[in-house]
Amino acid sequence: MQHTWVILGATSAMARAFARALSEQGHALILAGRDMDDLKTLAADCTLRGASDARALRFDAREAKHDAPIFDALEQAEGTLNAAVFIGSMPEQARIDDNPLLLQGVMQDNFTGPARFLHAFAPMIEARGGGTIVGVGSVAGDRGRVGNYAYGASKSAFHTYLAGLRNRLGRAGGHVITVKPGFVDSAMTWGIKGMFLVAAPATVARDILRAVNKRRNVIYTPGFWRLIMLIIRTIPEPIFKKLSI
Amino acid sequence: MIWNHLTYSGWGRALAVTGDIARPERISALRALPAAPAIGNRRSYGDACINGAGPVIDMTRLDRLLSFDEDTGVLEAEAGVTLGEITRLMAPRGWLLPVLPGTGFATLGGAIAMDVHGKNHHNAGSFGQHVSAIRLMQKGKARQITAKSAPTQMRATIGGLGQTGVIVSARVQMIPVSGETMQVRESRVTGWDEHIALLDASEATYTVGWLDAGARGAALGRGIVEEGEIGPDPARPPRSPHTVPLTAPHWALSKPIVRAFNALYYRRVPAAGRTVTKRLEDYFFPLDKIHDWNRLYGKRGFHQFQCVVPPDKAPALHAMLSRIAESGLASPLAVLKRLGPGRGGMMSFPMEGYTLAVDFPNRARARDLIASLEGDVSEAGGRLYLAKDALAAPDTIRAMYPEHADWAAAAAKADPDGALETDMTRRLALRRT
Ligand SMILES: Cc1cc2nc3c(=O)[nH]c(=O)nc-3n(C[C@H](O)[C@H](O)[C@H](O)COP(=O)(O)OP(=O)(O)OC[C@H]3O[C@@H](n4cnc5c(N)ncnc54)[C@H](O)[C@@H]3O)c2cc1C
Ligand SMILES: NC(=O)c1ccc[n+]([C@@H]2O[C@H](COP(=O)([O-])OP(=O)(O)OC[C@H]3O[C@@H](n4cnc5c(N)ncnc54)[C@H](OP(=O)(O)O)[C@@H]3O)[C@@H](O)[C@H]2O)c1
Repeated sequence: MQHTWVILGATSAMARAFARALSEQGHALILAGRDMDDLKTLAADCTLRGASDARALRFDAREAKHDAPIFDALEQAEGTLNAAVFIGSMPEQARIDDNPLLLQGVMQDNFTGPARFLHAFAPMIEARGGGTIVGVGSVAGDRGRVGNYAYGASKSAFHTYLAGLRNRLGRAGGHVITVKPGFVDSAMTWGIKGMFLVAAPATVARDILRAVNKRRNVIYTPGFWRLIMLIIRTIPEPIFKKLSI
Repeated sequence: MIWNHLTYSGWGRALAVTGDIARPERISALRALPAAPAIGNRRSYGDACINGAGPVIDMTRLDRLLSFDEDTGVLEAEAGVTLGEITRLMAPRGWLLPVLPGTGFATLGGAIAMDVHGKNHHNAGSFGQHVSAIRLMQKGKARQITAKSAPTQMRATIGGLGQTGVIVSARVQMIPVSGETMQVRESRVTGWDEHIALLDASEATYTVGWLDAGARGAALGRGIVEEGEIGPDPARPPRSPHTVPLTAPHWALSKPIVRAFNALYYRRVPAAGRTVTKRLEDYFFPLDKIHDWNRLYGKRGFHQFQCVVPPDKAPALHAMLSRIAESGLASPLAVLKRLGPGRGGMMSFPMEGYTLAVDFPNRARARDLIASLEGDVSEAGGRLYLAKDALAAPDTIRAMYPEHADWAAAAAKADPDGALETDMTRRLALRRT
């Protein structure tokens, strides 16, 4: 069956791979983000790959004023409505240490901006009695680490929000998937030292699609991160606070 | 971050450099970069895709299809898309790229910048001959060029090793096809004369000869000639690829193994020949199923020697093959093909004649042999392929490429500061006008 998917942060490499996989199944796409030129290029690509419709619309996590046209487009779409959020930003922890005001933007990009959208979107899922939301969080949200805890905190907040939304929408036939990627080979990690076991964006997209089909609740991608994070979460705090991992 | 500091090499892994690589994921990011050579998937073997003296721009994330006209069959796509991906997406809709090299991992930009050829070169010419427009970025500004609007730039860019600017996107004329499979007639040939005769006589759309580079004496040149036509059967689902996980120890390709492998490949085909049906990808990109097979050559890597000699110089090629066989240094499969005259650019490799491609593990003796083979190629009025070369000297190459001076002038005009130079252009002093 063909559905409509709105993809927030569609310019991310992971989102591109996910949008392409959906296109090959013939779904209709609303590609939302800030770089309109790039979104239009992606829309052309998705159409050529089989999307029944693909259009580019503006979405800015830090500015609600562009949201309305997306909701208008969704209202008019037929069938099940779905959303996937790939928005995120990760300034270096040291930059945040120098300028704590950056925290606000981190929270907006990783948590409040996406949540603002999803909160207005949830009633549409309830009204239509179905639909899936994919929220991309991060393994960084599983525990605060010295090198990355501002970003981690915003992702952790997003995870908690998604869990609550899952609890809510499950009652109305909807579904919410929390995706926790490990290291992924994207613009965000390009050139950062100390990356290991880096996954291709297409691998992440494939895992997400599988999770959508199986209505999974929380996934780690690649899957081995579930084990790594289990270990990291079990380290007792008196020891963990001395580690720099 | 914009730059990633990495050690990287071409497909042969014999030459490696450490340097900064940018990998823009959108056009605005590309535009913001300083002038630097563009690279694709580094499927050229030698040093065309590496720069030890400055940064490079990895184009593989600029990989979107931009438009397709069902009426004319013209596809426009960003330079980083692979030819394999285009094949996967377009073949089910009845369209194929007119020219496909032996690997689907080559990008559109790399295929243009090397003006690659396929198993149908004798009919279809080279890749660049089917490119109707190129969007070229020079100093942060992109503009469209065509054979009409900028004939010299077009001919300097096709096969131009990236020296006229970054190819951002291009338009290619696709060809309609009636099916998604290849009907392949495989015939055993027992020696050189038979091999050449069958290649000459073949009227198939796609023709290639595989030969056993270890066979000597009367068996020299024995192998299999494959003649392919696209057939109507629906494609079978692809088998999942295998990956060579680690760099192999150097005995992995030792002599007895190589010989056994070759004999096996040859015997696979019954003496009377046979016709098999293959998926398009399995036919065009036979080695792509084994990811990273170049690691089989171990840490030292390998070289591919590929040359073309004019039609009347087949005996010279025979003599070269015989020296290769005597040396016992060559790897399993070698390729022999007839090329037509088609070429799209000033520095394009193809010329009418026979092309031979042989792999050698990277050892001093192999390098010496390749050096002397290069002399033979010059003498025969032939040419070496820059997509494969890692060892030749400046004078040898200049003599082989008669339009070199015109090309160097065009490259100098497009890139006066030499910001697009690669290790290859420096080694071969190609940019010297
Ligand atoms: C298994 C195998 C089989 C092959 N078979 C064939 C064959 O049958 N026929 C044939 O002709 N070749 C063949 N090749 C060679 C291959 O097709 C070429 O080397 C091709 O150029 C590789 O494309 P790439 O995208 O990897 O480019 P790279 O190797 O990364 O780069 C090649 C050149 O193109 C330039 N370049 C790349 N992208 C751009 C861009 N966007 N803008 C400007 N310049 C650019 C680079 O600067 C460099 O000079 C084969 C290679 C392999 C590994
Ligand atoms: N890469 C990793 O290793 C990794 C690991 C775990 C989780 N993640 C998460 O995965 C998701 C995708 O990231 P990526 O790795 O693909 O990196 P990316 O390419 O940098 O993607 C980030 C995306 O967020 C968008 N964005 C940032 N701020 C925005 C804002 N204010 N409004 C609207 N869009 C905004 C960007 O859009 P613009 O084009 O407008 O900038 C871009 O599409 C992110 O949520 C990231 O946190 C990544």
